[in-house]
Amino acid sequence: MSITVKNVTKRFGGFVALDDVSLEVPAGELLALLGPSGSGKTTLLRIISGLETADGGTVYYQDEDVTDAAVRERNVGFVFQHYALFRHMNVFDNVAFGLRVRNRSRSEIKNRVHELIRLVQLEGLERSLPSQLSGGQRQRVALARALAAQLKVLLLDEPFGALDAKVRTELRQWLRRLHDELHVTSVFVTHDQEEAFEVSDRVVIMNKGKIEQIGSPAEIFERPANPFVMDFLGNVNVFHGSVQSGRATLGNIEVAYPEYMGSQSRTAMAFVRSHELEILTSKNGRPSLEAKVTHVNPARPVVKVRVYSEAFGVVLNVDLSWERFNELKLNAGDTVYVSPRQMRVFVQDYAI
Amino acid sequence: MAEQTLRRVSRRAHEDPTWVKWTLISIALTIMTLLVVVPLVDVFVEAFAAGIGTYWQNLTGDPDTRHSILLTLMVAPVAVALNLVFGLAAAWAIARFKFPGRAFLTALIDLPITVSPVVVGLFLLLLFGLQGFFGPWLREHDIHIVFAYPGLVMATCFVTFPVVARELIPLMEALGAEEEIAAVSLGAKPLQLWRMITLPNIKWGLLYGVILCNARAMGEFGAVFVVSGHIAGKTDTMPLRIEKLFQEYNLPGSFAVASVLALLALVTLLVKTTLEWRTRREIEEHKRMLTLGGEA
Repeated sequence: MSITVKNVTKRFGGFVALDDVSLEVPAGELLALLGPSGSGKTTLLRIISGLETADGGTVYYQDEDVTDAAVRERNVGFVFQHYALFRHMNVFDNVAFGLRVRNRSRSEIKNRVHELIRLVQLEGLERSLPSQLSGGQRQRVALARALAAQLKVLLLDEPFGALDAKVRTELRQWLRRLHDELHVTSVFVTHDQEEAFEVSDRVVIMNKGKIEQIGSPAEIFERPANPFVMDFLGNVNVFHGSVQSGRATLGNIEVAYPEYMGSQSRTAMAFVRSHELEILTSKNGRPSLEAKVTHVNPARPVVKVRVYSEAFGVVLNVDLSWERFNELKLNAGDTVYVSPRQMRVFVQDYAI
Repeated sequence: MAEQTLRRVSRRAHEDPTWVKWTLISIALTIMTLLVVVPLVDVFVEAFAAGIGTYWQNLTGDPDTRHSILLTLMVAPVAVALNLVFGLAAAWAIARFKFPGRAFLTALIDLPITVSPVVVGLFLLLLFGLQGFFGPWLREHDIHIVFAYPGLVMATCFVTFPVVARELIPLMEALGAEEEIAAVSLGAKPLQLWRMITLPNIKWGLLYGVILCNARAMGEFGAVFVVSGHIAGKTDTMPLRIEKLFQEYNLPGSFAVASVLALLALVTLLVKTTLEWRTRREIEEHKRMLTLGGEA
């Protein structure tokens, strides 16, 4: 079942949580809502689920307008951030809840619950109480419970937020496999971009109640729509400069910028990812910045080098492969020449 | 291990000197012994002074005493049942909804604790007495409230009203609405939600509130004193009977009835301690699940 959100607005007092947001989720897609805290991603998820009502706009499931339908009538599976398992019920009863309130037959409940418990790999724990389970196990009970009534939409609020790093990684790979098996339309909220990019078909990047960009992980990574997305993705260096007559000038680095052919100079920002910067120990003729190595962090899988360009007063972060690092033999204090292999230029709005 | 040692050391550093600690403990123990333990023991000693046979005779031989015990057993459960409904409704409203006047309602629930029970009795008298506000209407329809069973129930109800609500509000606030929201999202209808989620979660706190409410209801004196009109064999409850026997210099009879109330208090205390321990454990478990969500 597809989900369509049209021009949804939500205010909490003077705070605009969602500002005229529209979104389409095709049937069977796994979509991530990604953004910093306060960006409105959780509010959007709660409005889709019916736990929150929109001040304006409409929500459709397939072709049905569900804007005014209560959460009980929407038949969505919702996985809460802290799982909200029923503490006095064992695993079996937790998973069976959605079926029991729908008055399904005893044998149907038994079969369905056992099937789900197998699916989430919790066989043998049917009689355990939530307090006796680990975080990862609780999360899987919450998922099984949300899936029990064979709903067409699954919504997850920071599903891995409360888990430690190792369990997180395992669980999200498992969620992806589960989704490939079930193909239930799913939306999940996260503030962790790695999580969003690894698990989902498409990612929605949100900021201040608006959608900044929607696209597949590769699209967003390769073609960030604007400075916010670029910056939010992180691992990025910012250069300030100007554009004029099809050229962008950033310090002594000049690149073609055919998007703006005007003769009037305009302020621009250029973003270069850490792995897109090249370090040379001597000039090779290409435009480059002279800088001093201030710090070398031999992390895995890349060596993180920090250099400082005195002429421009900027600190740059550069990621080098171990091979390249061993070739260069860099030490703190060395003078190097940094040049970008690729950069994304954004002309700033007149308003700024 | 190391962390535990550290915590113990730091706690000792925060503690007051030993002599302060022991002085305070002995003061508290002395006061408790003088004001609570000695009178309690005395009640039973006096009641059984002339032997068990006399004790039993004192309790069951006098028809007015028998009636007072019966009346208390008829008034208290009804008052408790009514307060169970009121208390649940009030606790639910305050713990689950934000509405204008919520703070006022919370304060109002405590009113019966702060106001003297005698004032409550007088107030009921002014409203439902024959010369009172509803007096003419009640007389017309031949309904007896004051100096009769309904008045006793109303007075008891009013005075014990906060007990159930005050027990449930903090409990429901601590447990939060998360499980209830989850249940609704899974399709639970209001009655299913109540029966399958809310009630099992608050049952120990609720039982504790009911037992405490019952003890207070059976022991209520001031408000009941005013509205009962102390008609022996008709509107005298146990506490009123104790007072009347005492006034008539029937000390053994008075202490015999008193011992029944004292016994009730002891049983209540025992049950209360057990239930409090269970409720606290459930809240702690809930908190642990929230904070350590990710740990194995």
